[in-house]
Amino acid sequence: MRIYKYGDNVDTDVIIPARYLNAPDEASLASHCMEDIDADFAATVAAGDIMIAGANFGCGSSREHAPLAIKASGVQCVIASSFARIFYRNAINIGFPIMECEQAAREIQPGDTVSVNFQTGVITDETTGKQYQSAPFPAFIEGIIHSGGLLKSLKARGVAK
Amino acid sequence: MGMTMTQKILAAHAGLTHVEAGQLIEGKLDLILGNDITTPVAITEFDKAGLTQVFDREKIALVMDHYTPCKDIQAAQLCAAVRAFVKRFEITHFYDVGDMGVEHALLPEKGLIAPGEAMIGADSHTCTYGALGAFSTGVGSTDMAAGMATGLSWFKVPSAIKVTLTGKFRPYVSGKDVILHLIGRIGVDGARYQSLEFVGEGVAELSMDDRFTIANMAIEAGAKNGIFPVDEKTRAYLHGRVTRPWTAYEADDDAVYEREVVIDLSTLQPTVSMPHLPSNTKTVGEVAGLPIDQVVIGSCTNGRLEDMRQAAEILRGRKVAKQVRCIVIPATQQVMLDATREGLVQIFIEAGCAVSTPTCGPCLGGHMGVMAEGERAVATTNRNFVGRMGHVKSEVILASPAVAAASAVMGCVADPAALTQG
Repeated sequence: MRIYKYGDNVDTDVIIPARYLNAPDEASLASHCMEDIDADFAATVAAGDIMIAGANFGCGSSREHAPLAIKASGVQCVIASSFARIFYRNAINIGFPIMECEQAAREIQPGDTVSVNFQTGVITDETTGKQYQSAPFPAFIEGIIHSGGLLKSLKARGVAK
Repeated sequence: MGMTMTQKILAAHAGLTHVEAGQLIEGKLDLILGNDITTPVAITEFDKAGLTQVFDREKIALVMDHYTPCKDIQAAQLCAAVRAFVKRFEITHFYDVGDMGVEHALLPEKGLIAPGEAMIGADSHTCTYGALGAFSTGVGSTDMAAGMATGLSWFKVPSAIKVTLTGKFRPYVSGKDVILHLIGRIGVDGARYQSLEFVGEGVAELSMDDRFTIANMAIEAGAKNGIFPVDEKTRAYLHGRVTRPWTAYEADDDAVYEREVVIDLSTLQPTVSMPHLPSNTKTVGEVAGLPIDQVVIGSCTNGRLEDMRQAAEILRGRKVAKQVRCIVIPATQQVMLDATREGLVQIFIEAGCAVSTPTCGPCLGGHMGVMAEGERAVATTNRNFVGRMGHVKSEVILASPAVAAASAVMGCVADPAALTQG
């Protein structure tokens, strides 16, 4: 696995530029993911890789194409100091794991080997041996995540037909 | 403990007498919005989940505005998918080429938003409707699909920043300068997960178009929503547009705010946001003279009639600089019609501007004004992120219609006061 590390305020326009939103299929989105700030990303990313970023990750446009693009590229989760609120909702709603942990986001370096436990929220940097606890999700949101996304949870509750 | 205006609206829609910041609630929705980029993804999710009905065909608004009139075959396919969905569920409020407009200018104009209502839209600038004292916030396509199916959405009740406005504007200062100044002060995540609640005697000074512009860009400070109290100007705007009953909410006297920011309107100068963050603000005087290649006047932020008037006032009898392409996009068919009747369109054309049918087009680098490597624009739009209006090495400077028009004439970032007095 590989770490891709970015700074603060990574916006959805750089995660997936609007010029590619006319083709919203997953393979197309993944092929252009991050290209305006990291031209090598799409060519080098592999299943199980982890994205690390600073504050306000996913700010800007509400495009769900952004978490879809990252998910479709194979990244297993994003660890950030904080997330912009629409990206946060979108990731949870589509069942894509995100973890909020400022210390981990600051200390983990590209080149480190990292493992994550989504049940406990524990992030382990195996290179340094350090462990981090990400912020827990409220029970309501936990329920959405466990159902595999918002629509599945609404169907399970019988509210959506 | 008292509630903010936003908290009161959310409590009412969740069937609760009281809510507190941080509480997770499920609220009833009065409207769900989507556009030609986000709706197709919502339809895919809707179908994938095996959903077969919408909760209320009259409470869904679908607006084909981002890539329309369709810029390419793929964009046309997206619109076709939306049209099929509209037909399948007999969606009432569908706006296509010929009667559409940029969604956040269009919905208030059509009377689809009333004070005290709660709505979500699969577009981040859905927060615009706070100008009318409604709760509205941007969400993604899955939230939109869930909203269409159930009429419900989950919300974390936000805390709030109280933004107190005092004083009166100086010439060539408008709502855009207020919101750029505020974002510059608190940062692009300064109001993350929070409401921006605008209060104070200065609110009365703001036109409805100023308020739409300010609420529109609440998201650029990371806010969940921006909201204004309902006053005589709001009522005048609603007259003839909204006939259903509505409720004007007011914050409690003992409402709790995270912090207060005071802005004296009389001290504001024309303000711009330099690349590549809306919070990177300068007064126009600090960066005047910087050469530009393009000007865009329009968008959900500044494409309304008053914006057209402010731009036309500067452009009347003047010419756009030879090396500059000035693109003017009235945000709705109605704005286009009004601007034509008032003679504004003629002023734009005689000045050497290209005038376009409504579209979000260039704001997101979609079409109708995409920039090449190394080019720079002054735009009345809302985002200046890397690559937002085209090439990854192009730049966008955010500004008011008056600053944009003055810059078009001068061929560089320009202060409208310097132009008209010089």
